Amino acid sequence: MPIVRSAVFLGMLLAAAVLQVSFFAFFSYDGVVPNLVLLVVVAAGLTRGPELAALLGFTGGLLLDLLPPADHVAGRWALALVVAGYLAGRVRPEQGRSSTVALATVAACSFVSTSIFALSGMVLTDPGVPVGEALRVIPIALVYDLLLAPFVLPPAMRVFRRMQAPQVAY
Amino acid sequence: MAKSPRRHTRSVLAVLLLASVTAITLDVQGGAESVFQPAREGLGDAFGPVEEGAALVARPLSEVPGFFSSNKSLRDDIARLEAENSNLRGQLATTSEVRYRAAELDGLLSSSERSGLALVPARVVAMGPAQSFSRTVTIDAGTSSGIGPDMTVLNNDGLVGRVVQANRGSATVLLIVDQDSVVGARLGSNAEVGFLRGRGGLGGGSRMDLDLVDNSETPGRDDVVVTWGSRGGTPYVAGVPVGTVESVVSSPREQAKHAVIDPFADFSSLDLVGVVVDADTRGDRAVIRAGEMPGGE
Repeated sequence: MPIVRSAVFLGMLLAAAVLQVSFFAFFSYDGVVPNLVLLVVVAAGLTRGPELAALLGFTGGLLLDLLPPADHVAGRWALALVVAGYLAGRVRPEQGRSSTVALATVAACSFVSTSIFALSGMVLTDPGVPVGEALRVIPIALVYDLLLAPFVLPPAMRVFRRMQAPQVAY
Repeated sequence: MAKSPRRHTRSVLAVLLLASVTAITLDVQGGAESVFQPAREGLGDAFGPVEEGAALVARPLSEVPGFFSSNKSLRDDIARLEAENSNLRGQLATTSEVRYRAAELDGLLSSSERSGLALVPARVVAMGPAQSFSRTVTIDAGTSSGIGPDMTVLNNDGLVGRVVQANRGSATVLLIVDQDSVVGARLGSNAEVGFLRGRGGLGGGSRMDLDLVDNSETPGRDDVVVTWGSRGGTPYVAGVPVGTVESVVSSPREQAKHAVIDPFADFSSLDLVGVVVDADTRGDRAVIRAGEMPGGE
């Protein structure tokens, strides 16, 4: 049932986006909060491959772009998370079982997506994102994403496995 | 199955990347009339209350570490003293500016304007992540309380920012430390005007840059900076304290002197803020007029 599945996935992305801006805003480190939407997208990539992950990355990114208090150009997080989802999906499924590989994927995707977002800001906005600020934020975001990964990835991956459409072995 | 799964994945990726770039282009080209504006408003209306709820859960939890360091009554004392302290500091901060205006005999008009400030109280319910590199927060009051775009937002300590978008029950505030924020500012001691730009920092080390219009003037250390205000009080009303001069930098290459400003407001722990509205605003929450608290202690 694709409708039920997409509703569940959309719900997960919405919950992640809302928690990220409002709940975790109170537990931010120097303004940096864990990127829960990214963690959901990585979970999709590790279990279901690049296509679904890139699609969820696009949807989740648009949510981050439009949900208040976002005030930047729409589509920037979408671009960043499409790439992150595709990368996570390229990790071989049998390796995705190992927690080390999963954490390494989270780290790589966090680095790539925050960097793409910062780079798009340097190109698109007028005063531009200062390089020093980007270099300061990216590692903090990476560490915070890694810290949250053990709590978010396993349940999200379980949902994605369970919601898998019945497949014919070939 | 004509296509190999790998090629299919590639085309999905290409389509999604193109879609992202198209979205960026549409939004940049559209400006204020962008096709995403209705979506922004819709999401704001729908998820303002949800963010409010999440913040309601998080707020007491974020105070949990406090229980370990001190007990309830001590923390109440601290909160009361802090409020008193920032109140006194605010009074002190505006003294030099008030003295100047009195000397200039033009204080009459502006002080009546200033004492007439009507505020709608609101709480910060969501904060833009630092990963987004823009400093915005959501407050839990919107158009239903009489809040609209380009209204001044301040708190106990000083200027906070301005409203950039107002939804029914929530509004987005651009903080003055954001890179995009430019505030017309005035030095308290000699009323020199200049422009304040945010640096994008948020924590205790957040600073702003002040460029004075008159190159020959040198701002003094610890001089207070207040807003200069424009016609109709939008986007900033006049005379709100912003911060103090921390250091003055002058480079031989450029003529202008350039001051670093330490803002009064603590942007990493924003909670209760006030939005400056017209005195006759009627909305779904009480308006604080001229410093009097409705039903306060």
